[in-house]
Amino acid sequence: MPPGGCPGWASAVPAFDFSSGGSLSLRVLFPRPWQEKGSPRVVITGAGVVTAFGAGWKKNADGFRTGRTAFQPVSLFDTSKHRAKVAAEVTFNGDFPETRLRRPQLRRLDRASKLLLLAASEAWEQARWEASDGLPVVLGTTSGGMALGQDFYRQALAHPQTHFKQATRVVHYQCQRQALDLCDAFGFSGPLTLIANACASGTNSIGHAWELIRHGRAERVLTGGYDSLSELVFTGFDSLQALSTTQCRPFDHQRDGLALGEGAAVLALETLESAQRRGAVILGEIIGYGAATDAHHLTQPHPEGDAALASMNEATRVAGITPDQVGYINAHGTGTPLNDSAEALAINRWSGEAVSRMRVSSTKASIGHTLGAAGSIEAVICLMSLREQWLPPTSTLQTIDPACRFQLVTKPEEARVDCALSNSFGFGGANATVILRRWQ
Amino acid sequence: VSGAIQVAGVGAVSCAGWTATQLCEAVRTAAQLPAKELARPGWNHGLQVRQVPGANPRPAFFAHPRFRRTSPISLYAVAAALEALGPDRELIARRELKLGIVVCVMSGCVNYSRRFYDELLRDPSTASPLVFPETVFNAPASHIGALLNCTCINYTVVGDAGTFLQGLAMAADWLQEGRVDGCLVIAAEEADWLTSEAARLFEEKIILGDGAGALYLKASSGSAQLKAVTDSHLFLNRQDRNCAALKMKAELPELAGRVLLCDSATGFADLDAAEINAWKNWSADRVSVKKTLGEGLAASSAWQCVFAVDSLRSKKHDAATISVLGSNQQAIGAVFSCESCRE
Repeated sequence: MPPGGCPGWASAVPAFDFSSGGSLSLRVLFPRPWQEKGSPRVVITGAGVVTAFGAGWKKNADGFRTGRTAFQPVSLFDTSKHRAKVAAEVTFNGDFPETRLRRPQLRRLDRASKLLLLAASEAWEQARWEASDGLPVVLGTTSGGMALGQDFYRQALAHPQTHFKQATRVVHYQCQRQALDLCDAFGFSGPLTLIANACASGTNSIGHAWELIRHGRAERVLTGGYDSLSELVFTGFDSLQALSTTQCRPFDHQRDGLALGEGAAVLALETLESAQRRGAVILGEIIGYGAATDAHHLTQPHPEGDAALASMNEATRVAGITPDQVGYINAHGTGTPLNDSAEALAINRWSGEAVSRMRVSSTKASIGHTLGAAGSIEAVICLMSLREQWLPPTSTLQTIDPACRFQLVTKPEEARVDCALSNSFGFGGANATVILRRWQ
Repeated sequence: VSGAIQVAGVGAVSCAGWTATQLCEAVRTAAQLPAKELARPGWNHGLQVRQVPGANPRPAFFAHPRFRRTSPISLYAVAAALEALGPDRELIARRELKLGIVVCVMSGCVNYSRRFYDELLRDPSTASPLVFPETVFNAPASHIGALLNCTCINYTVVGDAGTFLQGLAMAADWLQEGRVDGCLVIAAEEADWLTSEAARLFEEKIILGDGAGALYLKASSGSAQLKAVTDSHLFLNRQDRNCAALKMKAELPELAGRVLLCDSATGFADLDAAEINAWKNWSADRVSVKKTLGEGLAASSAWQCVFAVDSLRSKKHDAATISVLGSNQQAIGAVFSCESCRE
């Protein structure tokens, strides 16, 4: 009997009707109907972003377009015993979007959840999507609510017999809770896929979402990445001596490390047919995605950038374009000696004869490395570049590493860009590339 | 539907031992496996866990340079993966088989995360750079990829126990799209006083178990097959556990023949209420692996699937239904069957 109070009960039908020889439900995860009409084009109808530049497209576009940097001394925890002292922190101004979250849920939101919800709210409003069942969500993160995990551990040690607020910390530390809050906030029901491929997560999430639509598994998907600063992660990169003690300068000959940041970006993806049917404003199109794994080392890339090259090659192959059609590359460009040299070699190799014309920058020079959010934020920066026809600079670059045979963008400039490529690489050898195309 | 998805291999590490056979035997006989005490700082007694016993003999892969410093979760994940892969490991090494990897975790690399944060609290300037990389969610997936020299797509997916079934659907998609020739789906967890204490906040008598489970999928027919994975029914403001469980149950097909229900019940009434209600009319065979192996978080659902597939292969059942009510995310189910296994 249909249970009272269960929304969407009527949509629950058997996953696979064996007796009829194979009728399928569209909603189940497997088996799903095979794409018969060819792969649909996948467009972006909403984009939200939060970085140390602020919340929203305009504040961020202004920041990247003018080549500002957003670093400040870390205020969230004590860095007196760390080598590095700065990061690109987000300042919350107190305004929080209207959502369907209940008051207790709002009270319990941690820093990472707030970043995610701010970005999602902008994307949701822009896309003008309605609350519904069955909207897949694909998110990337490296550490979810790590700050709450830290609080849990400190209290467990300091007050071993006291459990005050500990259950809440356990629940909200986990990234699935943050994603569930997102569903509750806007009134949709997933499913959720949370990809944790270290610093490539934000690109893997967009790529996976794109594939769900492209292969006919979904008509629209909300996707993105988020991460907030935490003492554990900051100390981790500091212990590896991966953080710059001077200034983060990606692709600089004298670069000495990365700087951390925090933020979130969320994209509303849907089929072109769906967007046109709704009369939605189309911001851009995703045309390619590639992912590859580097088996070389847990934290170091292959010195020749083999997996980065494989990822870029796959993305261009899937997109059906050649490197000379890519007008801008938003590099992973962390500012560490090993990453940037490997990525430079990969870009050189991938570009081939087009290398001397290839325009490249790393926006981590402005907002730091936002880890699981990085790939999604950088995809939004590519979208800005495509829509507004400018290139964001590597704002701190002084002396270009001679390994870079491509053109590094060092100052903000106007440019004609039809296709933009974004790279993300992470610990564990995760490599991912996404390619976006201008919508005209 | 573009093709069948075959379960080409299974592997498991649990408190019953380092093989799927040991796991299945322990569950089948409802073995009373001993729990061990993990010391908890500040308490005069420990926390009980059903932990994986020491490996004897030590698997050969322990000698690989990647595994000198890894925490148990990576060892468990690799052992389960290699058992599931079987002889196909050689094909991967010769680059004759493109292998995808999906690793599912809920708690993940908690041993080294706790250890690194503890070092940080003592003095951040001396926190170990060797420990930090092993705290990252995708460290186990990276080690598996490195050991197999596998450069194809490799995802780590985080979530509650239901995530493993989502991972199976993801792998099936990759296989049907021709992106990979085979795909390992693994779920793994490691025991720690921190997670044990966290779990006790929700059920005081719960005992966590650690280990891993793996299914190796290929796009072909024969042997046990993955037939269906339901939608993921989330626990939301407007949909409680009870509704989510009922919807999951409704999406699962009625199966003919000897059918096994492999559920996620823990043996604690409050935690199991929604699942018990959803399956209250089930009258055929039923097994709850957690009651033997402990609450294995993400690994639990992999163990359920390993047991179900073993039951089909050993011709004890014609089909198996998997029911998973995760701890804090979703209700999700799956079906395996084996036409060729039928007597």
